[in-house]
Amino acid sequence: MADPGPLIEPLIPALRRYAYALLRDHTAADDLVQDTLERALLHWSSRRNDGDLRAWLFAILRNLHVSRHRQALRRGTVVGIDEEELPEITAGQDIVLETRDVLAAVDQLPEEQKSLLLLVGVEDFSYEEAAKVLDVPIGTVMSRLSRARRRLRSIVDGDRVTLLRRVK
Amino acid sequence: MSSDNVAPGEDELQAYVDERLDGPQRAAVEAQLARSPELRDRIQAERRHRASLRSQLQDKADEPIPARLRIANIQTARRTRLTRRAGLAAAALAIFVVGVGAGWLANEQRPSIAMSAPTTSIAQGATAAYRTFVVEVAHPVEVGVAQEAHLLQWLSKRLGRKLEAPDLTPFGYRLIGGRLLPGGSGAAAQLMYEDSTGRRLTLYVRAADGTETAFRFQKDGDAATFAWIDQGFGFAVTAMASREELLPIAEAIYKGLTPKG
Repeated sequence: MADPGPLIEPLIPALRRYAYALLRDHTAADDLVQDTLERALLHWSSRRNDGDLRAWLFAILRNLHVSRHRQALRRGTVVGIDEEELPEITAGQDIVLETRDVLAAVDQLPEEQKSLLLLVGVEDFSYEEAAKVLDVPIGTVMSRLSRARRRLRSIVDGDRVTLLRRVK
Repeated sequence: MSSDNVAPGEDELQAYVDERLDGPQRAAVEAQLARSPELRDRIQAERRHRASLRSQLQDKADEPIPARLRIANIQTARRTRLTRRAGLAAAALAIFVVGVGAGWLANEQRPSIAMSAPTTSIAQGATAAYRTFVVEVAHPVEVGVAQEAHLLQWLSKRLGRKLEAPDLTPFGYRLIGGRLLPGGSGAAAQLMYEDSTGRRLTLYVRAADGTETAFRFQKDGDAATFAWIDQGFGFAVTAMASREELLPIAEAIYKGLTPKG
């Protein structure tokens, strides 16, 4: 099996982005990526050759995240968003407002919808690859994607009304 | 048209949002949007949200890779641990419990109302232990596979029964270690396995009342458990898997329990 470094490293920026989008905390995101990479190296030699490396790494990261997320819920802890990440809100900045709305809105989606939007919409996974990472049939990916985007719209619309009211 | 139902063409609309259509398909969607302002607004909003999400997250992907995430550095950190483990890992797999003689009824169809309390208790104990330790990254096991002989000797002594670890490599699961837990009125042992994507499976054993050998399936969230009791001990195999995926593993473990010859 080839040296993992040159194969894995080009994928690390995307893994960090996915982890950050899931957790909205820079340090926790890098911890998650580090655990993912350690696991990948541990299993490197037993990795199936036919597998897509990127999908495999994202699946590891996502499995780790889902396990911990479940644990966090059971403990009743809440993962907060970084306050400094929020752009200044002033009246008239509609584009900034909406950008902020979308990220915040995605946080309100169930993990399975959130992951799917990130994998497909941000990481440019094909629908087949996303199905592999999420371990669901392709048909589920398509219907879930449609549902996720509908729900996102209703959240963004709701947030927008609230925010505009607050700004005025 | 109900907005909750996926209308015909919804897959194409989603592919359009993702900019994955070309030529005639794309033109067909655009014609459809031109006919319906309501649909057009919806699809435009979905494209806008997608673009916003991408642009907001782009900075993150443009950051340089931190030193601690460089593969060479992670490999260096791992090397010490690996040398210590080398050779021992190969010896990691064996069987599990000896002295199990009674037959088992692979009767997972049995309705839950007929389940006896002891099996339920075993399954619940196993699921709780699974949930507690399977998410652990730093210390998933108390004693790692590097000290397998010590682990099994220690657990056997505390359980009062010879314990060995079944080989689950045909299913992609490798032993990573085990731990001792409180269980019922005495001790329980948990052996933990992991597959190449980091999914974990546990095998849970403790003393249990009853001679029942019925096979119980329990699903708690996405954690699935097969549990059974045999000659004073309860066994449970738990994983995030479907019943269909877990059943052959449970069967293999059970076969591993059956005395050879």
